[in-house]
Amino acid sequence: MSSDNKPLVRARNLTRHFDVSPPFLNRVLEGKQRQFVKAVENIDFDIARGETFALVGESGCGKTTVARMLVGLERPTSGSMEFDGTDIALLKTRREMRQYRRRMQMIFQDPYASLNPRWRVMSIVAEPIRSFGTVKGNDAVRARVFKLLRQVGLGEDDAYNYPHEFSGGQRQRIAIARALATRPEFVVCDEPTSALDVSVQAQILNLMKRLQKELGLSYLLITHDLAVVHHIASRVGVMYLGHLCESADTRTIFSAPRHPYTKLLLETLPDLSMQGRQRVPMAGEVPSPMNPPSGCVFHPRCPYAMEICKKKLPERQNVGHELVACHAYQAEK
Amino acid sequence: MSEQLLDVQDLRVMLPTRKGLLTAVDGVSMSIAAGEVLGVVGESGAGKSLTGAAITGLLEPPLYIANGKIELEGKRIDNLSYSKMRRIRGKQIGAIFQDPLTSLNPLYSVGRQLVETITTHLPVSDAVAKRQAIDLLKEVGLPAAEARIGHFPHQFSGGMRQRVVIALALCANPRLIIADEPTTALDVSIQAQIIRLLKRLCREHKTAVMLITHDMGVIAETADRVAVMYAGRIVEVGPVKDVIKNPHHPYTVGLMNSIPSIAREVEWLTQIDGAMPRLNDIPDGCAFHPRCPHAFERCRRERPNLIPMRNSQAACWLCKKEGADEQRQ
Repeated sequence: MSSDNKPLVRARNLTRHFDVSPPFLNRVLEGKQRQFVKAVENIDFDIARGETFALVGESGCGKTTVARMLVGLERPTSGSMEFDGTDIALLKTRREMRQYRRRMQMIFQDPYASLNPRWRVMSIVAEPIRSFGTVKGNDAVRARVFKLLRQVGLGEDDAYNYPHEFSGGQRQRIAIARALATRPEFVVCDEPTSALDVSVQAQILNLMKRLQKELGLSYLLITHDLAVVHHIASRVGVMYLGHLCESADTRTIFSAPRHPYTKLLLETLPDLSMQGRQRVPMAGEVPSPMNPPSGCVFHPRCPYAMEICKKKLPERQNVGHELVACHAYQAEK
Repeated sequence: MSEQLLDVQDLRVMLPTRKGLLTAVDGVSMSIAAGEVLGVVGESGAGKSLTGAAITGLLEPPLYIANGKIELEGKRIDNLSYSKMRRIRGKQIGAIFQDPLTSLNPLYSVGRQLVETITTHLPVSDAVAKRQAIDLLKEVGLPAAEARIGHFPHQFSGGMRQRVVIALALCANPRLIIADEPTTALDVSIQAQIIRLLKRLCREHKTAVMLITHDMGVIAETADRVAVMYAGRIVEVGPVKDVIKNPHHPYTVGLMNSIPSIAREVEWLTQIDGAMPRLNDIPDGCAFHPRCPHAFERCRRERPNLIPMRNSQAACWLCKKEGADEQRQ
């Protein structure tokens, strides 16, 4: 068994490319090249037990692909991904994978799409319990479902209703109950609140935090909302176009961001205190991951770009406890 | 109130269903002055988009305006015929919708769509219209506008598409733009660009904007005044600074506190328990009372109207002096 200081999840040089080449005949006859979308490139991170690690970035930066790889829905092209000391990328058969699947669960973005509309809540929440056989016997399963529903703030009567009878926030509670049904240690939350209204978002974030305390869960939180990250995460990784540009603990990211992209991302946060601060919006748009810019992928939008940024991909640098991939910090050393 | 550009009085939008008539928008009154940005916030289902649709005359049947009047520059527009309304829409009222991909025609180049809109509303030739279209695209910050005018919507990124949609809305130089969630479908870094653009354009053109959104951050940055909607009614309205810094209605207070902020560190977010009532069981009295921490007897019986405060107005009994006394008892 692992010791306590070892991280629960450890990703090293995690990479995923998607083959989007034209069909074989077109390549032969028309001389077209093979093409790859580099969704995730050489990513390193650790998630300790009981902590929340957040991945932030704009759409298309590869954060969801990382999440899908961690729970085994996607296989990495290269790199390793350890869960509790075992590299799950190396597991060959479904049976080997299965024992790890019980221990990691996922909450999806859209609670309108992630629940089967033809099933009652009872069947939805009981499915993982029956599938993994964690509880035996119909009565015991039912008792477990009731307990889970109470845990997420729903009533026992709700078990006999269909998803369409619930509001968005309640549906997300059902999705959380389903994720917790197998007593997982690690829950991947892919934009859990971005489909919800703010007052409901607060309810769900509070619930997630409470459950983490009660059950000792570790979360990987995928989001684009920095305010949510600030509230709930202990460490943050910032992704841009498949690369991890910076990772540090939450306080450092918000008080002393290092990577220019992180700085600009913080700049986009709306100012609710109404101090009349003028934001400087980031120029340009995210380039296509099919042909990313040369060198540092962020250089076309970076206000501090130097000559070297156009040519060479910056290496990850340890600055104190943080990781930052930027030439400016390499020069400093 | 003659200097107001848009004046909405007691607007009520109804929805007939098999189980009877439902009220989707209930007695909304608002006005927008020329060059002003009025933000309308609320959760989904609060009736903010329907209010916008009613003003543009784009309510989808069976929804209909049951009561109230809408005046644009002193003339009633809520009882106009379809063809008369068509002439006003686009010429005097522009509209920007949430999803820029669905508001553009995928089969026409953006240039053709712009030229079509310009020649429909203004007496100019196609060649002049095309020159105007290029100028508009430049104005909204589309790089290489001359080259890209022949491109189709799918060749643009989300942020660029939204710029094209804004250019379309500005074609005939309208006095009022209804922007329904213009930044919701965009990434955060693009959002800031679009907000800045909207602000600059309405300053330069003296266009009034009704900005409908659920994002308080967008409102705080863009709007001059804000109206907070809940269950089809306006619960609080006033200058942005007053409403955000010093909200009076318990719903606005809860809404502001439930937004996570990087300025303060809190263990738990303040949450408003429950959810907004559905249209078919809006409670008697104040629609917010089942979720309100300060609700008292009168809130369950009687529905409060907007009560004027120092700078803003709020529909809450606690804003009346005798109401506050009553609650204490």
